[in-house]
Amino acid sequence: MFKWFVKWFHRMGSPPHFYRFAGSWLPWLTVVFTVLTVAGLYGGLVLAPPDYQQGESYRIIFIHVPAAWMSMFIYMVMASCGIIVLVWRMKLAEVVLICSAPIGASFTFLALVTGSLWGKPMWGTYWVWDARLTSELILLFLYLGVIGLYGAIDEKRVAGRAVAILAIVGMINIPIIHYSVEWWNSLHQGATVTKMDKPSIHWTMLVPLLLMALSFKVYFIISLFQRVRAELLHRERNSRWVEELFRS
Amino acid sequence: MTPARKKRLTLIILMVAGIAVGVGFALKALNENIMFFFSPADIQAGKAPANKDFRVGGLVVEGTVKRPGEGLTVEFNLTDNDSVVKVKYTGILPDLFREGQGIIANGRLNDKGEFIASEVLAKHDENYMPPEVMDAMKKSGQKMPGMDKKGI
Repeated sequence: MFKWFVKWFHRMGSPPHFYRFAGSWLPWLTVVFTVLTVAGLYGGLVLAPPDYQQGESYRIIFIHVPAAWMSMFIYMVMASCGIIVLVWRMKLAEVVLICSAPIGASFTFLALVTGSLWGKPMWGTYWVWDARLTSELILLFLYLGVIGLYGAIDEKRVAGRAVAILAIVGMINIPIIHYSVEWWNSLHQGATVTKMDKPSIHWTMLVPLLLMALSFKVYFIISLFQRVRAELLHRERNSRWVEELFRS
Repeated sequence: MTPARKKRLTLIILMVAGIAVGVGFALKALNENIMFFFSPADIQAGKAPANKDFRVGGLVVEGTVKRPGEGLTVEFNLTDNDSVVKVKYTGILPDLFREGQGIIANGRLNDKGEFIASEVLAKHDENYMPPEVMDAMKKSGQKMPGMDKKGI
């Protein structure tokens, strides 16, 4: 089993193999994404009942919460790639790392904006400098830092190693974001789903929320595969396999 | 794993551990600044700054919301199920403001120990449920999980 995994891992590291693999999965992933999104949005916006306190305004959680989860999940993907880049010097991990950054930044931005729009009617303010909001904003800056640092260094193998270090260091922020609402008094409420206890959300709302979370995950994979394929073609533009790909 | 890779992995782990400890100490030192609000018990204990704006958070005590006069001025008691502080505020309250609700007020204490708020924010709890479920829970005398935590 472990041997098989190591073999698979090394095969995945080969750009032409990954290029073909990602290409063959894209249509299927698109189908799954469409089904999940339609089901999640229908369940969340039509089937789910209004909240006992917030009425209809709470429905923004079907975007806000999955986006916030993705913002942290994608960062963990980047940091894991960073470790692979530094330890195993794998080219594909560099590409996955840098291709994840814009997607993660977009999800972080989405989480901040939707939260802010919800905050005005519910809390009475668009923005406060409490621990959760501030650490999430720092996450956005980390993403922008990764994108900027990568762009600033011309030699892309060097750039890949530099952003790997930044991604790993920034990982410290992830537990801070998650536990910020427990460690400090904050305006943002505590965790509803991602805690040891039973989720404090009714199942009619929880099911569409989890569907949307899955749909966002699949969207991330689709977007990542497309970006990685484009970046691989660009990086390997002088290699044989790319030449053969375009000759036929 | 080759020795070179093992060494690099060790270095990364050491780097992350070192930074984690550093950030941990920094956050510990800044603890009071990161705390978004003080509780009424903190005020009672004299931890809140005098003659300076700060925030107080707690639950609005049921039956204490009063509107003296015609204007937007509202008075209520705020509790953390331990101490109580009286809050006065003139302005528009957020949608979620109601008795029993967690709120955060920004302002300062006057000489009489009343909190004069310049801003009131509603703190939402982490519970989401349809109104019927809430009614059923109230009837059966069940408490919501979020409400036991220090009152907010």
